[in-house]
Formats: sequence, C-alpha cells, structure tokens
Amino acid sequence: MVIAVVLLLLVVGSIWFHLVTPWWLTPLASDWHQMDQTLHITVVVTTVFFVVINLFIVFTVWRFRHRDGSKADYQPANARLERWLVGITTVGIVALLAPGLAVYANYVSPPGDAMQIEVVARQWQWHFRLPGADGKFGGSDVRFVSGANPLGLDPADASGQDDLVVTANEIHLPLGKPVKVLARSHDVLHDFFVPEFRARMNIVPGQVSWFWFTPTKAGRYEAMCAQLCGVGHPRMQGYVVVEDEAAFAKWRMTQTTFAQTQAPAAGGSGGGAGRALAQAKGCLGCHSLDGAAGVGPSWKGLFGKTETMVDGSTAKVDDEYLRAFIRDPKARAVKGFAPVMPVIELSADELDALVAFIKSQS
Amino acid sequence: MAIADTDSGLHDDAPRSFITRYVWSQDHKVIAVQYGGTAIVVGLVGLVLSNLMRLQIGFPGVFAFIDAERYYQYVTMHGMIMVIYLLTALFLGGFGNYLIPLMCGARDMVFPYMNMLSFWVYLLSVVVLMASFFVPGGPTGAGWTLYPPQAILAGTPGHEWGIILMLVSLLIFIVATTMGGLNYVTTVLQARCRGMTLMRMPLSVWGIFTATVLALLAFPALFVSGVMMLLDKTLGTSFFMPAVLSMGQATGYKGGSPLLFQHLFWFFGHPEVYIVALPAFGIVSDLISVHARKAIFGYRQMVWAIVVIGGLSFIVWAHHMFVSGMNPWFGFFFAISTLIIAVPTAIKVYNWVLTLWRGDIHLTVPMLFTLAFLLTFLSGGLTGLFLGNVSVDIPLSGTYFVVAHFHMVMGVAPLLVVFGAITHWFPKITGRMLDERLGRFHFWVTFLGTYLIYFPMHYLGIMGMPRRYYNYEGYQFIPASAHQLNEFITIVALFVGAVQLLFVFNLVWSALRGRKADPNPWRAASLEWATPHTPPEHGNWGAKLPEVHRWAYAYSVPGATRDYIAQDAPAGDGGQEPQHG
Amino acid sequence: MASAVLAVDGVVRERAAGTGVWVFIGVASALFTLFVTAYVMRMAAVDATKIALPAQLWLSTACLVAGSVLMEWAARAQGSPSAHRLLWAGGIATMAFIGAQLWAWQALLDAKVGLAAHPAASFFYVFTALHGLHVLGGLVAWSVAMQAGAAWRVALCARYWHFLLVLWLGLYAALAMVTPDLARFICGTAAP
Repeated sequence: MVIAVVLLLLVVGSIWFHLVTPWWLTPLASDWHQMDQTLHITVVVTTVFFVVINLFIVFTVWRFRHRDGSKADYQPANARLERWLVGITTVGIVALLAPGLAVYANYVSPPGDAMQIEVVARQWQWHFRLPGADGKFGGSDVRFVSGANPLGLDPADASGQDDLVVTANEIHLPLGKPVKVLARSHDVLHDFFVPEFRARMNIVPGQVSWFWFTPTKAGRYEAMCAQLCGVGHPRMQGYVVVEDEAAFAKWRMTQTTFAQTQAPAAGGSGGGAGRALAQAKGCLGCHSLDGAAGVGPSWKGLFGKTETMVDGSTAKVDDEYLRAFIRDPKARAVKGFAPVMPVIELSADELDALVAFIKSQS
Repeated sequence: MAIADTDSGLHDDAPRSFITRYVWSQDHKVIAVQYGGTAIVVGLVGLVLSNLMRLQIGFPGVFAFIDAERYYQYVTMHGMIMVIYLLTALFLGGFGNYLIPLMCGARDMVFPYMNMLSFWVYLLSVVVLMASFFVPGGPTGAGWTLYPPQAILAGTPGHEWGIILMLVSLLIFIVATTMGGLNYVTTVLQARCRGMTLMRMPLSVWGIFTATVLALLAFPALFVSGVMMLLDKTLGTSFFMPAVLSMGQATGYKGGSPLLFQHLFWFFGHPEVYIVALPAFGIVSDLISVHARKAIFGYRQMVWAIVVIGGLSFIVWAHHMFVSGMNPWFGFFFAISTLIIAVPTAIKVYNWVLTLWRGDIHLTVPMLFTLAFLLTFLSGGLTGLFLGNVSVDIPLSGTYFVVAHFHMVMGVAPLLVVFGAITHWFPKITGRMLDERLGRFHFWVTFLGTYLIYFPMHYLGIMGMPRRYYNYEGYQFIPASAHQLNEFITIVALFVGAVQLLFVFNLVWSALRGRKADPNPWRAASLEWATPHTPPEHGNWGAKLPEVHRWAYAYSVPGATRDYIAQDAPAGDGGQEPQHG
Repeated sequence: MASAVLAVDGVVRERAAGTGVWVFIGVASALFTLFVTAYVMRMAAVDATKIALPAQLWLSTACLVAGSVLMEWAARAQGSPSAHRLLWAGGIATMAFIGAQLWAWQALLDAKVGLAAHPAASFFYVFTALHGLHVLGGLVAWSVAMQAGAAWRVALCARYWHFLLVLWLGLYAALAMVTPDLARFICGTAAP
C-alpha cells in the first residue's frame, strides 16, 4: 500500500518539480527555436506516457494487492491488445521523429551565403580566425604551429595572408547573419558549446568539423569546451559577443591579419601587454589571479614566494625562476600540482612582459 | 532439438576438500558466488569513487586532496568499474552461472573447467585494473570512454601507465567473458533437460542467453579498439592518432582517426548496455510472475522483444556520436534505428504492467524492487527518447542530461533488479532468508534516494551544465541555485552510498544467521526451486534429471488446487503454456 | 582435476564441444571482421600506402593448407592406425606455418618496415599476430587430442583448422588487395 502512495507522490512530485524548476533551457540566442520546440514536443509525449503508465501501476498495485482470499486472474496473452499497444507506441515514436528529423535536415544544410568563422581549439585555450577581404581561409597544418603562428597557418598560402587571427578567447559575430563555424584542433578532441546557441559540434584533430546557426540576440555569451580534453578541460572558457553590424565592423578592424603577425615584431605593445598575453596564450586557463588554485599555482602572491617542488627541494620565485619555468616547464614540478604545463612559445619581449605581469600580481 | 536426454547420473567423484569445493571449484553455483562476491566488492570501490566525485561536485575545492587529476581518475575508474566489472560480471558471471543450469534442468555448465578458468581470469582482470591505482601517474583519467587522442597524450592523467593497465585489464576481461559466454550459450542450447524446450525456458534465461550472444559479438569490438590503442601508446602506431601536438610539442603520429575508435568503441558500447539490461528484463518478468502469482503477460512477445532488442542494439551505436563530427548524414539513420528500438522495449513495459493487472500482488521485498524498477526504467527509458532524437540531442550531449539518463536506466534500474533478485534467490543459494526489515529499509532509502539524485539532474543538463567538469568557476550562466542542487545531490548520494553497506551486511549476516527458509518460500513454479536439496548439492538434481511438462508460468491456473504448478509436476496437473495454432 | 569434474556423458560432451567450437568460430569471426573493417577505414586515409607482402607468405599459406588437409584426413581416418600419424603431421605443418610467419616478419623488419612504418604494415603485424595466437590456441587443443585420442576431438580440430585457413586466406587477401584507392571507394571518400 505504502508503495502505491509513494509511487503516486513521485509522479505528482516529478510533475510539480517540472513546473516549478528554475533549471531550464538558457534563453535562446539563435534561430534554432525548432530545436526547443522539438524538445517541448518530446517533453509532452514522454510525460503523457510517464503519467499514464505510472498511474496505471499505482492503481493496479492498490487494487490488486494481496488480501486474504484474493486470487489472480489467468490471462497469459492478448494478441489484439498487444497490437494496439504497438500501434499507439509507434504513433508516439513517429510524433517525435518527424519533427526531430525535419530540424536535423536543416541542421546539416547551412545556407550557402553563411559567413564563415573558424574556431581553433588546443589544450586549453580557444583561438579564432576570420577570412580576410578575399573571403577565403588560407590553408593550415599542425606542422606550421609555433609561438608566432599559434593557429598553424600556411605562410606560403596567399589566401591566408589577409585572414584575421584572433588569439584571444573572445570572438565577435554580427547580429542576424547566419554563420558557419568551422572547427579545428591541434591536439585532442574538444567541443565549442554556447548553450544559448544550441548548435555545437565536437572538434576532431585531423579533420575540420562544422555547425551553423544565426545569432538573434545581442550579448556576450560564455562558450565552454564540451568534450573532455584533459585536466584543463573545465578552464577552457571562451566568449562570443553578438553585436550589430557597425560594432562588429569596428571590432573587425582592430584585429590583426596573419601577415601582420608574421611581420618582424614591433614587440609587445607596452603596459597591459602582459595581461593580454596571459589571456591570449592561455596561461589564465590554469593560473588564477585571485589566489584560487587551478590546474597551476595562482599568480597572486607568487613572485617572491618560496615554492616547494615534488622532490622536496625549495626555490625562491624570482625573475630567473619564472623565465626558466616558462621556457622549460617539464624541468621540474611544483608540489601539489599536476606536471601538465605546456611549452608556450614566447618572444623575448613577450617573456619580459609576461614576467613583469606576474610580478605585478604580488 | 538439442536436449540432454542422456545422463550418466552422478558419479561418486564430487569434490571433497575445501579447496576443490570452494576455491578451485568447477561447480557453477560456487563460481556464481565467486563472481558475485568479487563484483560486489569491486562495486563498493566504484561506489566510494562516486562519493569522492560527488564531494568535489557538491563542495568544490573543500576537499583539497581531490585535485583535477584525481577527480578525472575517479570519474574514469568509477565508470569502467560499474559498467564492466560490476554489472556485466554480476549479470552474466553471477546470475548467468547460478541460474542457467538450474533453470534448464542441467547438472552444471557444459564446460566446467573453462567455467572455473573464466572466474579466475576475471579476477586477474580486476587485479590488473586495481594495480593502476599504484603505478606512476596513477590510473587513467580519460573518462570510461577512453577517447583518443587524449587518453594517451600528456594532459590526461594516467597517460603513461594507467591507460596501459586499463587496456590490458579490459583485454583480459574479454577473454574471461568469452570463456564464460561459450558456457552459457552452449549449455542453453545443449543441456536442457527433457521437456524443456526453448519456449518453455523462463525469461531470466532468455535475457541472460541473449545478452551473452550480444557479449560474444560485441566485446570483440572493444578488443579490437583496445589492441589498437595499446599499440598506438606503446609502439607508436597511428591507428587512432592523427598528426597532433602534445603540450605544444610535435608527436610522431599521423593519419589515424579518432572517430574510428569511437565507432569501434560504441559498436561495443551500445550492445553493452543491453548486455546489462536484457538479463534485468528477463529477471523482472520472473519476479513479477512469482510475486503477483500470475503468468507473465505475452510470453512469446516478451521473448520476441528480447531477441529483437538484442539484434537492433547492433545498429544504433552512433547515437552516441551525433555531435562527434562524423558524417552528418549518419545522424538520420541512427536516430531512426534508435527510436525504433523503443517499440519492443515499450512492449516489455506494457507486458510487465499487464502482468500486474488482475494479479495477486504480494508486496514482498523483491516485488518492491520490481515496482521501483518499473518507475525508474520508465523514466530512464523515456529520457533516452530525447537523446536518440538527433536534433534534440545536439544541445543535450555532453551535459548532465546524459549523466542523469544513463545512471537512471543503467545504474538505478538494473541495480534495483539486482537487489530484488538477490533477495528472491537468496533462500535458494543459502537456505536462509535475508532479513526482512533491513531489506525494506535498504529498499526505501535506495529507491527514494536514487530518484532524488537523478531526477533533478536532468534539468541541470537541459540548462546546459556540462559533464566531466572538475568545477564551474567563472561560468556565469550557471546560477547559484544549481550549485546548491549539487550540494543536495551530494548529501543524498553519500547517505544512499552508506546504506548500501547495510545490504552487504544483510547478505553476510543472513547467510550465517538468517532465518532458515523453506525450499520454495515464494512458491515459484520455475525449475530451480525443484532441486531435492536446498542449497542444491553438487550435480543439482540427485540421481535423476528432472523432466518438464509445462512452461515456468503456471500461476493461478483455473481449476488447479494451488496457485502454482511446478514446471516438473506431472503433465496431468495441467497448466501447459498457451498453444499457438 | 578430474575428480572435481562432473562426469558429463560422453555424447553430451561431444555435442557440447562441437557447439562450443562453432560459437568460438563465430566470436573470432566477429573479431576479425571488425579488424578488417577498421583496416579498410584506416586505408582510406591520406597517409596509407600499399604494402609489399613478403614472399614467405606463400610458404606459410602452403603450410597452413597442408595442416588443414592433414587434420581433415586424420579426422576421417579415425580408427585406423594412420590416424595418429596424420594428426601429428597436421600439427607439425601448423608449427611450420607459425615458423614461416615469423620468417615473414623478419623479412619485413629487415626491409625496415616495422609496426609503425605505415598503416598497412601496422595491420599486417596485428593480423598475423592475432591469427597466430588463435593458431597457437588450436595447437593447445591439438596436443590434448594427441594425448586423449577421442575421435570427436580430432574432428573438432579439423573443423577449427579449416576456420583458421579460411580466416588466413581472408586476411591475406585483404592485405594484398585493399589498396588506398579501393578503401576510399568503399568509404565514399574522395582521393586527397
């Protein structure tokens, strides 16, 4: 008896929970409302089956619970009833599949005039690329990746020279225009996911994957990596800013082309360069500025500190320590942290700016 | 028809020493308990790992020893232990070994020596897996799905030694499963007693038999991917490894395909969930029949459904890969095949419910667990429809919706069946009853607790909260209330976890001191209850094999003197299975 | 261990073992089918090249054919005095097969084509190693048949040996005939 009451309470409670829950879809910021609609249809259909079948169970358990003298029926089969049930179920399944596949047909057919952007993923940071005036992306390959060329663009490819290279983890998009996101990775599987856009795709090294959507609401959206890519996986935060055409054009003009990044360096532009570098190179993916321990030690109060290594030895964090560690992170490991720091290539000026920035955090 | 109609009877060479009776035993009943005991112990390790994970999720940063590396190692080992080393081993090696010969009227499995070997090889695989906790770098933290390239590259914990031990352990497990599987399949096909046609076998046997066929055909895919990944890691081949950088450095790999691994893994991985689910389905049918005193509704359709689900399970695998970057056109096919598999599964749910309808429902502990299974399996199965419908899956993949779905449908529902089944067959195995009060308390906490844990979790996924995140610092779109929900879930999980120890205690205590049981306390009709001794002795049936005259579901037959007719009762007692012209 | 074993009736034992071998053949077929599928998919990639198979494979194939034939004769000759000799010869021919396969490995290694040289090479070593392991397993059963002598054991050895031969011919054909172009055609991917 109690079980029948509990089952009933669970059904009622589940429905109540669904109606009052604060945790639901993020506000849609793309035109994939059809996906949300299909989700809603699925909720309705599954809820109907959930409620009907469970209430039937509740009634059955209450009505046919054993009492003295009660006896079960003997009805081992009923082919007609089974056929009806198969039919009803099939109708339910088709009611779900039809809209689902219709939406999917749209998902795999990006409009021919969609603007293309490229997302380049690496452990554990995002980079982006926009085609230049020629509207075409230049070629790229992992073998071209270097400190000065973090996206691995082919320097010999003419159509790549005017591509806009964005090493920061923030990309801008114009409002209302369809965009096809081409995604590449240099190392492992990743996934560029902005929940508000709904659309996303895994990023597979060795190939280019893609997805498309039309941003419909201006704003600044958080992107996260949605395919486990190592210990830095939760720290791979990116941003997508959706803005009107004018603002987007203005932002575009501030981005550097690939050709400009390959020009002999004018050095890191002064003051604040260190922070920009820390962001662009992904350092802040693992090192916090507020004292919180991440994948790596926090930079707050780091300079001047005495750090303990895994082998028990200690070292004072000075200029030399920082430079040596950044140049060769595998040389030693700090106690309490996984030895996973990658080699980030920096020019001499960049290294100066970065070390100065770390110093300023103390 | 391959029925063992000859039997030279028991020779007087039964094992005598403690070692041959309980350690190097070739008796399927002992081997079953060895499998079950090992699986439960390893499952407790998996449970502790999940509690450690939940500590970090619910209270991020509070437990300093759980750093990102360890967190991912816990995630990975928890998943692999539960799916493979607990559920698969328990359902096939534990229940399969115990029930098949007894329910089919055989004296033992047909290859007893290989059966014994299969357990010890399984134990070896467990030892190798546990050893990965103690090697430099610790166990692998690549997620139970072990995707390359990350699994063997720097940045993922255990990429040096842990992943090697994991893969070697899996290969050894597959050898063990193959040895066991040969036994289960051949015994069902060859060693049924006189009168026991395939369509008179209880659904428990059908479920385990079909699951075994699946295992024999699906585990090779894991073997293939395991061997190839092992070679990529140790000998520099590029089966799965494209030209990648590792921590900014060039590696020697090129040309390999990470998607090839995913196809192979999920070609195994999807049938794997049915390897766990089908035995549970079969057992549920038997538990309902016995405890509601009513023949399972639509036995033929139930058999058909088990076989069709098993077959279809081989053509749905890429619904795990809808957002993998594979050829997008595959999405159409796999969404359709996945939603088709919902139909025979739904039939089973209807038939279970229709069995209860107009039954005589005894609310015993096994029946309670069965009712809880119905609710949780229905819930978990229905959320599968979200994920199988390709376009709905796109924003849900990689979120807590997936985690909630598979825990509900693979963790909670089958585990409830395990508890119910052990309670049901405990008197057969030990001759004693499990303690009733402990059983009910454990039931209520487990049922309500797991529902409270996993039902709300779906909503976190709909909101977009990603899975496999060590922490969520800095993500503004996740409200504080979501973190509070995680705290709540953690506390419930810790409590539910602790209560599982009560079940283990109940097992041990009742085996030694439990109330002595009737030989057939549930008045069940199936053959395993008809052995001359309880617990059954070596050779099960005494001097003469049983002979069967009806199906296993002759409950409440009109005109019968009692509300059940045993399978081996004389033919004249009636209760034959419905005839189909 | 005999005393701890239920004395299952000989007829049941023989039929069960026959079914068991068929089931195992099914499992091994699934394994190698999956391997060959993976092989075709991998050969469609950009870096795949055809492998020059060493000539020793002709010899090893001939040895395995001989082994299979001798096993079959041994099975049919059960009861006659030559049966045991034929069985013995079948085993020796199979050991020669293993030897020739290892010789083929040596030839490839001498040509500097190691396991990681290119995808076809990787699969060559994997195929031959795993097939060889299955052959070694068969030799274990063969040694039991040599000692225990029951006719059904020899018959099952023959059955298994025929499977090993068919399997080897399939793998050999795959290695010889699946070029990158063919693989790309099968997978529907364009040439780079």
